[in-house]
Amino acid sequence: MNTEISVPFKDISFPTPRQMTLRQARRHKGFLLGSSVLLLIIIMALLAPLLAPHDPYDQNLSKRLTPPVWHAKGTWDHPLGTDNLGRDYLSRLMYGARISLIIGVAAMLISGVIGTTMGVLAGFFGGRVDMVVNAMITTRLALPIMLVALAVVALVGGSLQIVVLVLGLMIWNRFALVMRASTQQLRSMDYVSAAKAAGCSTPRIILTEVMPNIMNNLIVVATLEITRAILIEASLSFLGMGVQPPLPSWGLMVAEAKGFMLFSPWMIAIPGAAIFILVLSINLLGDGIRDITAPEGRS
Amino acid sequence: MLVYTGKRIVLALLVAVTVSFISFMILNLSGDPAIALAGADATPEEIKFVREKYGLDRPILVQYIEWAGRAIQGNFGESPYFNQPVKDIIGDRIGVTLILGLCAFLFAVCLAIPLGVIAAIRPNTWIDRTALTISVFGQAMPNFFFGLILIIVFGVILRWLPISGGESWRHFIMPAIALGYYGSPALMRLTRTGMMEVLASDYIRTARSKGLRPGPVLFKHALRNAIIPVVSLAFVLFGYMLGGAFVIEYVFAVNGVGFLAVRSIERADLPVVQAIILLLSFIYVTMTLLSDILNAYLDPRIRVK
Repeated sequence: MNTEISVPFKDISFPTPRQMTLRQARRHKGFLLGSSVLLLIIIMALLAPLLAPHDPYDQNLSKRLTPPVWHAKGTWDHPLGTDNLGRDYLSRLMYGARISLIIGVAAMLISGVIGTTMGVLAGFFGGRVDMVVNAMITTRLALPIMLVALAVVALVGGSLQIVVLVLGLMIWNRFALVMRASTQQLRSMDYVSAAKAAGCSTPRIILTEVMPNIMNNLIVVATLEITRAILIEASLSFLGMGVQPPLPSWGLMVAEAKGFMLFSPWMIAIPGAAIFILVLSINLLGDGIRDITAPEGRS
Repeated sequence: MLVYTGKRIVLALLVAVTVSFISFMILNLSGDPAIALAGADATPEEIKFVREKYGLDRPILVQYIEWAGRAIQGNFGESPYFNQPVKDIIGDRIGVTLILGLCAFLFAVCLAIPLGVIAAIRPNTWIDRTALTISVFGQAMPNFFFGLILIIVFGVILRWLPISGGESWRHFIMPAIALGYYGSPALMRLTRTGMMEVLASDYIRTARSKGLRPGPVLFKHALRNAIIPVVSLAFVLFGYMLGGAFVIEYVFAVNGVGFLAVRSIERADLPVVQAIILLLSFIYVTMTLLSDILNAYLDPRIRVK
């Protein structure tokens, strides 16, 4: 139906919910800062083959440990200097963004599917299902994941796929907890009862009535879990049991620079700051989305 | 209260047993422990010898039951690397980890709670924004990177503090700050929101309107109620600090359980790794248990539910 409602004040425009959300987003400083920095990092990662001045694996031992350009001995040929094998640091940093982003997003997707399924089922059905899921969450929380992840990666052998898989299978707890709580709140809503009364099947109710309404929470948890995966990968690689050399993982770059801390501290500072900035921007984005989408945040 | 405590203890024991089973399975099934022990270039005969010597040729369930049976009696087997009982190896190092965990915990509490309280009393002032910045930075900073920055600034450039080892109290300052800072954002946020909620409640308004001075209102009435969830988080956080310490112990070469864990993983010293995982999950379970019981004691509403 397309009936037009006559409004006495034709000049007044009423914003749609989408417009209101956008307006909120434009005013939220953290959201703007986080999303623009993240966007820059994503562009840098995607266009790394075009933007990088050198091959990230190309060793040049005659140019090892060149300092960055702001240093007296720095050159524009290697704006961020070179590492102990003479590899261009800026190029490695750009390719490293790919590894962090891939691991963050892939691990989040795996854990998101596991955790959301568990959480929604527990919240929707309650009773025994809830008890089982609760026990699984409690057990998972009592398992020291960093240590288990370290051990598994060490035993199976480190590679990008293994790290993604191990992280994905382990960090689903927050998804499960938050989705369970959100679904519990929705379960007794009138529109869910109405759908039940109308004879909708349970999968249909979950997919079309419950899921859209927990989407905002899901996105916020997803951003948190991306950063968790990125930080854990960085720690694993730093300890030498994550992504393996010569891949330019930022955590690995810090580990390789550890031996040159005394005379080339920038080698630690640059990849370390890169992890920090990436995680900070995703966190700001997540906080922004939470503020903007929360009903009490709408003015 | 007794029934509640009993229930929680049974539940905690169940969780500990499940965790030990899962971690045993994960460790023994994600690779061949015999090959890991014998080394990558070992001959088939050597691998067979190792497999028989450590009983790795038996069904995995039998191995687990035997291991768990001994573990209950406090016997975690022998480390193939040290040729020493695992219990003694861990016993030698647990003290250092406990001291570090305690120092880090104290640092986190002393940083987070005053800042959280002040931020709640004066929202949207510079001190609130400082608190927020500290907590946002703390959440985004990889802890090994923060540790290395401390080393570079205070150890290498200023030369104020020793950069590795654990011989004197001065060795613990930087690791404790690095570890404690990591735990402070959660504490700070909870203190701030808790305080703000309580300060907006009716009984605080009553206390104020009947003319009580701001000091007693703040500390005797508000903080005591706002602190309940913080106390229970603090317990969990302390357990977490003991467990999450190994990256920091590795960075500062503090010879504790965490450092031992990383080294043992590198050496495929599975009995030690196994025992440490069990120890950490046991600490976590105990801390959550204590926090639940304490919470129920402080807040009677939980017991009834």
